[in-house]
Amino acid sequence: MSNIYVNGCGAVSPAGWGIAPLRAVMANATPLPSKPLARPGWERPLTVRQVPPPEPRPAFLAHARLRRTSPITQYVVSAALEALGGDAPAVKNGTLTLGIVLCAMSGCVNYSRRFYDEALRDPATASPLIFPETVFNAPSSHLATLLGTPAMNYTIIGDPGTYLQGLALGAQWLVEGRVDGCLVVGAEECDWLTSDAFHHFSRQLVLSDGAGAIYLKRDTGTPNPIELKCVTEPCLFTKGQRRSRAVKQVRAKLPPSAANHLLSDSFQNIPRFDAAEANAWQDWTGGRLSAKTILGEGLMAAAAWQCVLAIDALKQERYAAASVSVVGCNQQAIGAHFVNSAFKS
Amino acid sequence: MLFPSPHRVSSPPRVVITGAGVITSLGTGWNDNAEGFRLGRVALKPVSLFDVSRQRVKVGGEVTLPSSLPSSELGSRQEQRLDRATKLLLIAAAEAWKQSGWQSTGHLPMVLGTTSGGMGLGEAYYQQALKAPQDHRRQPSRVHHYQAQTQALILADAFGFTGSVTLIANACASGSNAIGHAWELLRKGHYERVLTGGYDALSQMVFAGFDSLQALSPTQCRPFDAQRDGLALGEGAAILTLETLRHAERRGATILGELVGYGSALDTHHLTQPHPEGAAAVASMNAAMQSAELWPKDIDYINAHGTGTPLNDAAEANAISRWAGNRAATLPVSSTKSSIGHLLGAAGAVEAVICLMALRGQWLPPTSTIQTPDPACSFPVVRYPTAAKLEYALSNSFGFGGANASIILRRWHE
Repeated sequence: MSNIYVNGCGAVSPAGWGIAPLRAVMANATPLPSKPLARPGWERPLTVRQVPPPEPRPAFLAHARLRRTSPITQYVVSAALEALGGDAPAVKNGTLTLGIVLCAMSGCVNYSRRFYDEALRDPATASPLIFPETVFNAPSSHLATLLGTPAMNYTIIGDPGTYLQGLALGAQWLVEGRVDGCLVVGAEECDWLTSDAFHHFSRQLVLSDGAGAIYLKRDTGTPNPIELKCVTEPCLFTKGQRRSRAVKQVRAKLPPSAANHLLSDSFQNIPRFDAAEANAWQDWTGGRLSAKTILGEGLMAAAAWQCVLAIDALKQERYAAASVSVVGCNQQAIGAHFVNSAFKS
Repeated sequence: MLFPSPHRVSSPPRVVITGAGVITSLGTGWNDNAEGFRLGRVALKPVSLFDVSRQRVKVGGEVTLPSSLPSSELGSRQEQRLDRATKLLLIAAAEAWKQSGWQSTGHLPMVLGTTSGGMGLGEAYYQQALKAPQDHRRQPSRVHHYQAQTQALILADAFGFTGSVTLIANACASGSNAIGHAWELLRKGHYERVLTGGYDALSQMVFAGFDSLQALSPTQCRPFDAQRDGLALGEGAAILTLETLRHAERRGATILGELVGYGSALDTHHLTQPHPEGAAAVASMNAAMQSAELWPKDIDYINAHGTGTPLNDAAEANAISRWAGNRAATLPVSSTKSSIGHLLGAAGAVEAVICLMALRGQWLPPTSTIQTPDPACSFPVVRYPTAAKLEYALSNSFGFGGANASIILRRWHE
């Protein structure tokens, strides 16, 4: 037993703001429609699946630190608050020490592109209001300020497998007693620049944005909590280790297939990208969930959605356990395993 | 498993440094840098990497890269594709690797700090994407090599190892956070050795960003000077090979120093401005001291974050004064950013190596550009090359978003 439990989850996705719309589109099993995104210099637009505008406008946007933030921070805060639930006041009054691990791959790309564009036009007039929002840790800093927590706060970057590293880091902080609770958030925001970059590798790939958050604690005070059983060592894609071998190694570290187990994989219905994972998990006999086939390639947010959806399925007691397989873009394969305590006996 | 860790330790092992590599505008490698920092040389010059004609400030700590890269397991095609940031990282890592005597087999985790990875490639990508939207040449390679994880994997390929890669992007505290996190991994018994450090290259966007904030000094970077008017940006990398004392002794390694403490805290005052009283800085130093089981009286030198901006240095001076109490009056403090500028994600790592150099050489690195110390400094600011008896050195790193980190190094007695 790891004794680290999921105390709450939150999500913002192209399906909408919250876990409920995410659950609904997954149940519908139909890929969300993509939308055009203008790309300067091209007649034909790129296609993306973006988070719809919030309705109503979230109250947290009135906070002084959040007025100028780009979408990624808004997604992070919304998902984090949903995951944190009723514990927010305890964080604010200092009775609960809350750590934050924010994971991102592209990060604050909207303002980075905007600022660089201004700097290229004329650096003398580039906006000092935008630049600070370009740093990777701006969203986690805003979130910590809103919640009023000066405790452990790391922003870690990498390919989508990094989200599971973030879970392991947060869990470790809890084991060591450095925090009473830890929010692990994965987030991205769409921009034509990121979509353009991925367009070089696949015309089929549709980028999406949003965030997913998991709130970990040592105890939940609720019956049958979901336990984070393990996170595997990441297996890198290096010169000496091909992608297919890395994914197989991760597969071997996770529990074997069972009819009442769920696999939340990182398939996206692009055979070239899915091949290694398909091969490694071909003997899987349990349930299967492929979030990215419905929501698009949300990078770090997608890895978080994979976990959030697996936990959600366990909470509804549809499965006894769930494995999450994340095969990243260019860094690593990694896996995590969650169990529903109700099924332990 | 990454979690839960299969390893348990009854008492945390001591963590030692067996290799250190560094590259800054002062030069390539330990010797050039040690001599430069000992004498307080200033290595700032007009920036030539990109157009600064429309910037308020036109100088920075630009590195002169060596004509060839150190030998490694990278192929020539791989080497040709390396961007400036990766070259800095590779050069520093090669020096540390060679010094440590580590072999290229087995599992080796890596913890690195950076703020912008291969930003220069991102900028080139963006410019081509706008100016020649139908021209895809070199763009896929730029996308791939721009990313920090690619740079880390190139190190793994260069030295032939594999293991978890953790990239911490806590703004200007990233390098110290990376070293501190690596230290914790060893102390908790997760691993016996970790490669760690930080790197960042100068880039047009970041340079323009700091200039837009009017954070760059239009005169000269003078940390803790009463008339200070801003920072200088620089670039570079520093890498440390950390291992448990037992592991180092078992293989007969030469030990350069010991890492004994790490602390971090978040300042929620403002995205770019520190709390005037430096509350989080005090918390960060206290956390490091607690982990090292030391008191301020034990510290012999502080390498301050000391950017040279009016707000940072005032807050840090307040924090050090409050934290050190009576000890402040005799506690030597300096900022080496006067010599090489602010290296952002590399700053904490390079400054850790400077502390290591000072501990080994028993000297204090001066802030040589200071003219009139700020009266807010209740501590002596080191202004001239000075010999000293040092046992413990503390290094501070504070960043945007309120990321604060402190690490403590100890002299190694042969």
